[in-house]
Amino acid sequence: MKNRSLISINDFSKEEHLKILELAAEFEKDSRQQILTKHVIASLFFEPSTRTRLSFESAISMLGGHIVGFTDASSTSVKKGESLRDTIKTVSNYADLIVMRHPFDGSARFASEVADVPIINAGDGSNQHPTQTLLDLYSIQQTQNTLENLTIGFVGDLKYGRTVHSLLMALSNFNCKFHFVAPSFLQIPEQYQMFLKNKGLEFHTLSNIHDVIPDVDILYMTRIQRERFSDPSEYEKVKDSYELKRDDLSTSKDNMQVLHPLPRVNEINIDVDDSGKGYYFQQALNGVYVRQAIVSLILGLKK
Amino acid sequence: MKELRVSAIEKGTVIDHIPAKSVMKVVKILDLENSENTVLIGANLDSKKLVKKGIIKVSNKFFKAHEINKISLVAPEASLTIIKNFDVKEKTIVKVPKQISGIVKCRNSKCITNHENIETVFNVDTDCESLKLKCKYCEKVMEKDEIEFS
Repeated sequence: MKNRSLISINDFSKEEHLKILELAAEFEKDSRQQILTKHVIASLFFEPSTRTRLSFESAISMLGGHIVGFTDASSTSVKKGESLRDTIKTVSNYADLIVMRHPFDGSARFASEVADVPIINAGDGSNQHPTQTLLDLYSIQQTQNTLENLTIGFVGDLKYGRTVHSLLMALSNFNCKFHFVAPSFLQIPEQYQMFLKNKGLEFHTLSNIHDVIPDVDILYMTRIQRERFSDPSEYEKVKDSYELKRDDLSTSKDNMQVLHPLPRVNEINIDVDDSGKGYYFQQALNGVYVRQAIVSLILGLKK
Repeated sequence: MKELRVSAIEKGTVIDHIPAKSVMKVVKILDLENSENTVLIGANLDSKKLVKKGIIKVSNKFFKAHEINKISLVAPEASLTIIKNFDVKEKTIVKVPKQISGIVKCRNSKCITNHENIETVFNVDTDCESLKLKCKYCEKVMEKDEIEFS
C-alpha cells in the first residue's frame, strides 16, 4: 500500500482491508509508537468535520507526527479564488501525505491525480468516506471476532447514507446477509440491491426495526439527515421513524452490538449507551487505530 | 437517375446512418465546426433503416477509432466509410468505447468536474441492456437519456 492514495473503498482489495484491520489491532495495543516523528501530514478540511478531523489529528499526534493544514477553507487562499488543483500542488511540497475533506463529490480522486504525495480521502461530498468504512469493519470484527457470514441490519437513511453504501460494498466480500430497515422513500437504492443480487447475497427490505432485532449480529443505525430534504414537511414525517430503546434490545442475540457513525440525534435513546449493546463510542475510538494503520501503511512505515 | 442530395467526395470519410436528431450532436462531438476540411452535412434524409437519417461527409479526413467511437453515444448504428478516389476502401460500424473523455457533462451538480477546470471522464458500462456512464470522479451513474454534452 506504500505511496498509494486511499480514495474509494473499492480501491483496496479484501486482503488489503484485512491487513489494515490487523495493523489497527496492533495499534489498539500500543497507540503511542513514535514512528511518525520525521513526517509531516497535511490535514486539509475544506468543510467542517469534528470527529473525522480530530480522529485523524489524534491518530497522527499519538504517533509523534507533525500536522499542518486548516479546518476551514474560508481562512485560506481558496477564498481568493485559488483552484483545488493549485492548493493540492502547493501543499504537496509541504507534506508527506495529505488527508483531505472536501464538499464536492470526486474532489479526492481529482486531488490524487494532481498531488505529488498520497491522498487519504476523509470524505468527498456524499461520495466516499473509506476510513469510516474501515473503522466500521474493524468495529464489527472486534465485536464478532469475524467478518464472515454475519447478519447485518442497516436502519435509517439508507438512500443517502454514504457510510451504509460503502460498508455494504466492503461487507459483500464476506458472505454477509443484510436487512435494510427504512421508510420506503429512504430505502437502499436499486443499484445496491442489484449489486447484492449479482453477488448472490441475501438481503431483505423492511420498515419495522423490531422484525430484525432478533436476527442480526450488528444493528447499524444511521441518522435521518435533515439536510437531505428539500421539503421540510417530508423530513418532519420521518424524522422520528426509528428510536432504538434499551427495552427494544431484549430480544436481541447475546453477541448483537449497535453501531452508529455518529452524530446521533433521536435514533438511539441514551439508555442504550450502558446496556452492553451500544458500541458506537468505542467505534469512534477505533477510528484512531484504523487511521494510524492506514497512515503507517501508506507511508511505508509498517508492512 | 437517382439524385445525389449530398455530393460525393473524392477522398475522406462518410458517416452514415446517423439518427436525424443526432446529426448536429455528431458535428459537435467530432468538433467539425472547427475543421478546416470540407464538411457536407445532410439531415432528415429518407432511410429504410431509420426512417429519417443524417449523413456527414468530411473530405481529406480519416478519423482514429477512439475519435469516431465517441459518437456511439448518440449514433449507435452509425457506419463509417473510407473513400479514396471516389471508391469505397473500407466500411466499419462504430463501437462503444470503454471510456469517454471530455465530451459529456456530469449531471451531478456537486461533482468536482462542474466546479474545477477538469476534463470529464466516464467509464462506459455496456454489459447492461441500456448503456450507462459512470463518472470517474464522483462515481455517479448516468443513463443514456440523461447524457448532456459539454
